Amino acid sequence: MPLETTSPLPQHRRHGSSAGQPLTRRDGVLKVTGRATYAADNHPDGMLYAVTAVSSIARGRVTALDVEAAKAHPGVVEVLTPANRPPLAHDPDEKMPPFGFRVEVLQDDTVRYVNQPIAIVIAETPEAATEGAALLNPQYEVEPARTGRESGERFDPEVIGIGAPARTAHGDIEAGFAAAVRVTEADYVTPPQYHNAMEPHAVVAQWDGDRVTLDMPNQALALSCASHAAYFGIPAENVLIRSPFLGGGFGSKAILNGPQILAILAARMLDRPVKLALTRAQMYGPVGHRGRTWQKLRLGMDEEGRLTALHHQALCTTSSFDEFLEPAANASLPLYASPAILAEHEGLRLDVGTPGPMRAPGLASGSAALEVAMDEAAEACGMDPLDFRLANYAETEPTTGKPFSSKALRECYAEGAKRFGWSGRPHEPRTMRDESGFLVGWGMGTAVFHCPHFPAEARATLRADGTALVETAGADMGQGAWTALAQIAAEALGLDPDQVELNSGISSLPDGGIAGGSGHTASAGLALHNAGEDAIARLAELATTDPASPLFGAGNIGVVARAGRLHRRDDENRSESYAEILARAGRSDVVGTAKAARDPAVASAHAMYSHGAVFAEVKVDPDLGQIRVARLVGAFAAGRVINPRLVRSQYFGGMIWGASFALHEEAIADRRTGRIMNADLAEYHVPVNADVPSLDAILIPEDDPYVNPIGVKGVGEIGITGTVGAIANAVWHATGVRVRRFPVRVEDLIISREFA
Amino acid sequence: MGYHMSLSIRLTINGLKREIALDDPRVTLLDLLRERLHLTGTKKGCDRGQCGACTVLVDGRRINSCLSLAASLDGAEITTIEGLADGEDLHPVQAAFIAHDGFQCGYCTPGQIMSAVGLISEGNAGDDPERIRELMSGNICRCGAYQGITEAVLEAQKDLAERNRRDAA
Repeated sequence: MPLETTSPLPQHRRHGSSAGQPLTRRDGVLKVTGRATYAADNHPDGMLYAVTAVSSIARGRVTALDVEAAKAHPGVVEVLTPANRPPLAHDPDEKMPPFGFRVEVLQDDTVRYVNQPIAIVIAETPEAATEGAALLNPQYEVEPARTGRESGERFDPEVIGIGAPARTAHGDIEAGFAAAVRVTEADYVTPPQYHNAMEPHAVVAQWDGDRVTLDMPNQALALSCASHAAYFGIPAENVLIRSPFLGGGFGSKAILNGPQILAILAARMLDRPVKLALTRAQMYGPVGHRGRTWQKLRLGMDEEGRLTALHHQALCTTSSFDEFLEPAANASLPLYASPAILAEHEGLRLDVGTPGPMRAPGLASGSAALEVAMDEAAEACGMDPLDFRLANYAETEPTTGKPFSSKALRECYAEGAKRFGWSGRPHEPRTMRDESGFLVGWGMGTAVFHCPHFPAEARATLRADGTALVETAGADMGQGAWTALAQIAAEALGLDPDQVELNSGISSLPDGGIAGGSGHTASAGLALHNAGEDAIARLAELATTDPASPLFGAGNIGVVARAGRLHRRDDENRSESYAEILARAGRSDVVGTAKAARDPAVASAHAMYSHGAVFAEVKVDPDLGQIRVARLVGAFAAGRVINPRLVRSQYFGGMIWGASFALHEEAIADRRTGRIMNADLAEYHVPVNADVPSLDAILIPEDDPYVNPIGVKGVGEIGITGTVGAIANAVWHATGVRVRRFPVRVEDLIISREFA
Repeated sequence: MGYHMSLSIRLTINGLKREIALDDPRVTLLDLLRERLHLTGTKKGCDRGQCGACTVLVDGRRINSCLSLAASLDGAEITTIEGLADGEDLHPVQAAFIAHDGFQCGYCTPGQIMSAVGLISEGNAGDDPERIRELMSGNICRCGAYQGITEAVLEAQKDLAERNRRDAA
């Protein structure tokens, strides 16, 4: 695949830097040879296997478990139930600060959702543990399951997402509608979705006295150490988490869950290492999901098609015992200019596991509805959907008036439209056919995502041989962190990435922050950048104060680090290699350290987002209603690109998730029992290779002087936003049928009058 | 331990003949590889034959090892991801996956690669991307690395065909 961009990437900050270059993954060989070690690949001596038994009802009590039968099975060592589960130091029914959820760890016999752990069986082999769990034959006292809008309990939430206000108002919404010449209003529904990382949640726990080592995929190492320590009543430094590779995370491996805690508890109780891996079906419950939403969008427009009012309401589901509400309506806050914007959220309690952040939380669901609503509004105004969005382009953040730290969205629209060939699009739906007679439609949507920055720390050690070791407890769940972070560190150190060893993915290293919110490269990257600069400054100090160095006395003039040498800033010919400087100083190394966070003054003065535009072509069988995405073109601006090969892969992944949201994914609960009827990978549809024919991602150059000193924004989640709406809008354009419930299904089309 | 049975089977795994005493008749090929022999390159994604992460070659055919009972495979020749490279020299499919960024998290990758090797040796891949997409659709990649996977299979297929031509000449 050619790695082309529409114009040259921004200048590298340092001559000779590898940052900005499409290096292949540093962990590539390990991953293609099977030598990359994921949590469940570990086998410490004497290890036992744990399997959780899970509830098959959504609400009620467990009245009986046949523990004797399970224990009688050959190989079964122990069965943990509420009757004998050892105590925990933190009440699992209390939230764990800063954003831990309540967990189900056999605290009592109540059942609050399907697939909740109700016992855990520990055995010598996986087969014995599985059989033991099956022999428990649970009996229940069943209460009616609350599974839908009619049966659930509605409430006004205090906060949504992670600590965001439930209501945000800008301007006078009623005055805005009063000023409108046209108003569109519609309801949209998004389904429950499950992360379904390919690697099931797993842990291998080994205790040594009051210290525990956990092999466990983890997106937030330092935070997880502290939380586990609180549950087990030990100091945080007694918890070591090793997470060198994650088989996908998407948000579901950032937060603690009950089954893993139980396995760790079992290991302590039995004084032997214990491995637990969830089954695929067991991932539909205790490890989070994207909650269902019902959204209403009301848009007012003036004569020129400019928004006068934008009102976005969302009813969001959560569990009966905890809260995570998709901040879906907040998707209407950052994107389109309007004198009046109102985003409001309401909660709905169901008998489900607690939802959690899932790739592009809030924005994926909210943007799905908003981008279709924008398409409908454009149609109502008789405008091209792209022209309509340009007419409502926000020059400053709509609700705050703050300038954007950078925003190359116009360029995204222009380049994406050009590559796609948007300009030839007929206004009217159902006007295009391909050579086989399929209905063809084109749609578009705007993509947007926040740029969070998590505090992070790092260490950089320049070694006697002139190479470096850089360290931070980061997480690579596939985004390519090991590669991009090494490139950033190498740049700061003036070294080739091959000369930089990166140590990461283990909690004993300096806190690398959270791999989430599309903020990891920026957060851990800035810490590494600063640590590298600190190491170079210390090295420069050694050289410039040493009369034997050609750099002696250059302290005030300064030096430049490049290709393993320090050069005098005003005289390139006077230089010395790192190895020479260290050798003469009699040092085996020099160590730089850094803590990095966003400057609050810069942050409060600017609105910070990545932006993009996605264009979709779909083909629809005119008889069967079968929908295929034929083409997706995305153009994204996300600050400085460290590695275009990896960034492109992130955009592709996001766009495929968008296609999945639009056409495939949905967990379906039986309304009578609350059981998820498709809790597997055959009936819960995610895209396969044949679903994804042609993808194109354009990397729009963007120089952001404010977002952070390395100019990096996030790329991991933005691809979903915009794509969902683009595909749904293309389906409308192909068929004339406006579907407002996701995923868009064959039956939504064929029962429609417009389709026939 | 298990049912205290001991069923002895012979397998050739990655070229190495092994006599294996099975401790339990319920052991799948996948759990034999991963939990008994510690060949953990082969991954468990669903244990139901739905995701393809556990794909290995049995007598040259690609199968889901989670759906195969080890006891039923006496005498079989098995190739796993660990047996693909020639020492430090990667198999052309492995090299192409790196070059085309045909993976992200890497968890489905061993299965994808084994499936691609099987597909190419079946002579079914050809140079038609549509066909490759269809025939690689038993292997789910949740990260969405499909574009790179398809490009990698195309390139490796070409590369291997070239080698075969050269060897034949």
